[in-house]
Amino acid sequence: MSGGRERMLAQIRSSLGRSAPLEGKLAPLAGSGPRPAFEGDIVERFAAKMLEKSATLVRIGSQAEVGREVDRFLRVHHAARRLCVSRALAGIAWPADLDVQYRAALREDETSVTPCFAAVAESGGIVTLSGPDTPSTLNFVPENHIVIVHASQVVRHFEDVWTLLRANGLPMPRSINIISGPSRTADIEQTIQLGAHGPRRLHILLLAE
Amino acid sequence: MHAPSSTFTERVSVAILDKRLQAALDHASGGFVDKRAAQVAALPEFEALRERARDLKDHVLAHLDTYLERYEAQVVRHGGQVHWASSAEQAREIILDICRKANAKTITKGKSMVSEEIGLNDALEAAGYHVVETDLGEYIIQLAKEPPSHIIVPAVHKTRAQVADLFEQHHRALGHTRRLTEVSEMVDEARQVLREHYFKADVGITGGNFLIAETGSSIIVTNEGNGDLTQTLARVHIVTSGIERVLPTLDDAVTFLRLLARSATGQETETYTTISTGPRREGDLDGPQEYHVVLVDNGRSKMLGGPFREMLRCIRCGACLNHCPVYTSIGGHAYGWVYPGPMGSVLTPLINGIDKAYHLPNACTLNGRCQTVCPVKIPLPGLLRELRRQQFETGLTPWPMRWALQAWAALARRAWLYHLAMRIAIPVLSRFGRRRGALRWLPLARGWTDTRDLPAPQGTTFQQAWHARQDAKR
Repeated sequence: MSGGRERMLAQIRSSLGRSAPLEGKLAPLAGSGPRPAFEGDIVERFAAKMLEKSATLVRIGSQAEVGREVDRFLRVHHAARRLCVSRALAGIAWPADLDVQYRAALREDETSVTPCFAAVAESGGIVTLSGPDTPSTLNFVPENHIVIVHASQVVRHFEDVWTLLRANGLPMPRSINIISGPSRTADIEQTIQLGAHGPRRLHILLLAE
Repeated sequence: MHAPSSTFTERVSVAILDKRLQAALDHASGGFVDKRAAQVAALPEFEALRERARDLKDHVLAHLDTYLERYEAQVVRHGGQVHWASSAEQAREIILDICRKANAKTITKGKSMVSEEIGLNDALEAAGYHVVETDLGEYIIQLAKEPPSHIIVPAVHKTRAQVADLFEQHHRALGHTRRLTEVSEMVDEARQVLREHYFKADVGITGGNFLIAETGSSIIVTNEGNGDLTQTLARVHIVTSGIERVLPTLDDAVTFLRLLARSATGQETETYTTISTGPRREGDLDGPQEYHVVLVDNGRSKMLGGPFREMLRCIRCGACLNHCPVYTSIGGHAYGWVYPGPMGSVLTPLINGIDKAYHLPNACTLNGRCQTVCPVKIPLPGLLRELRRQQFETGLTPWPMRWALQAWAALARRAWLYHLAMRIAIPVLSRFGRRRGALRWLPLARGWTDTRDLPAPQGTTFQQAWHARQDAKR
């Protein structure tokens, strides 16, 4: 299907008053986009912004407390005692009676637990990368999505996420998901309703260490 | 499905008298305007972001060929395929071909205005595919067999009772027999029904809010998460996007993301921002096996060369619709095609032909609110005026209007004649309208006075009043 390609590029160049590709290297636009300034601690800002966007959040001391908190969450919400978990969290000691499965999400999964790559303070968001240990269906298919965020993962602006991503030297993941709360819709009479298609609940375990 | 724009005036008359539509429009537009204003007030950098966004778009448009080629190379490097569609027809053929090769039966769709523009659903259904819109608003209007009436909230014209009717009618066969009254119940039922389709879908089609040349990524933003389920669970993911949506880097995308949600729905950020790069990788447990991007031109590359280049900065946020006194009075369907409001009144004649949508550029009061709120500072009133000028020049403007405009131009260009005419007309109009303070009828202007009164002049002409004031000062 390259017939359209040459025709489109030729028309674009003709509209730009050129007959050939640009000669030499194209200099990027000088300067950079303004970043919203804000005061205060970025971890506190992240927590406040996520709560504003209808996520729930619990602060815990270390990874050792994750099992207990997840257990509490399942009991409060009367959720099935089965978890679909990112393999990246295989080191966590789960309560013995929980059925924990490390895989992509299936239709019947009610609750997933995932790590994140970073979290953003600016307007609130957790950032996940897809990969063999972090399938992206975990973020979208279950009713409840529990995310583990280390305080040290919180960055100020979205641009800081790209800086981290470039610094880790890995190729672009298939999917980067920035998630700012549970799924919602206002498509019927502008009435906000949580749990449109994705998770009804986004629960954050914020680890101090 | 879409009514031709030539019957614009009739559709406006119907819309104005439709009480349900008027209630829905009043309810919606006020909310969007207030929420946006609150977000803008809370972000001191908003104006600087608009300027940066405008400059970035202008930079990209001036080097569009280079950025598209860079983008294509990166998509291919990550295992994706890029298809170039110079027309709507070519775009439909490309997508039908991908679906055929994928042996598809069920196709899920995330919200995409480009797919509306190219008439994709009709083509897919005609070819026998089962097509399911997954954005709740799009799903509702798909059931109602209507085009969207707003580019962000496509079912803004529907009341909850109408949605309940549609669900009752279409979900009965699926075992949902109870008539619903609450919005929460309707959202839940749609969630259950659409789940089936996500997991069954062979092909998932989404739009692309932004394309990133640096990485070969496409970005979508949604609140529902429907776009993500659509593109992650289907075997084949197709992105449809206009060629003008490319941006140089991920950092540049952030500038636009900061503007988009605030301008569109008055949110600080949308719930889900998803950056997709190529198909499933080795070792991945989910994600599509194929990743295609269809770059749609459909008149855009020509637009690039003329006085309408600035229109290509549009990011489809819908702020100009929400702030337009004409759109908020008549709704989206009156515009007759997929793009309504100020942006639609510019795009529709440019894409479909200036002779196909005569009324649209003229259905504007030139109040300028659209330009004031546009996140990329498109001079929409100026572009609408330019379209009017072209209509006049190419003889599309009907003769009474041409004659009146020429007479007006002759008068306005000669100061002495203008003053003379005013000195005669003002006292006459003032006298006839003295009793009511307004004129109900004017010769040669019934089209105007039939629906409104002309306030009667209060006595002297402006020039006379001005001179009197200057004299009094001395």
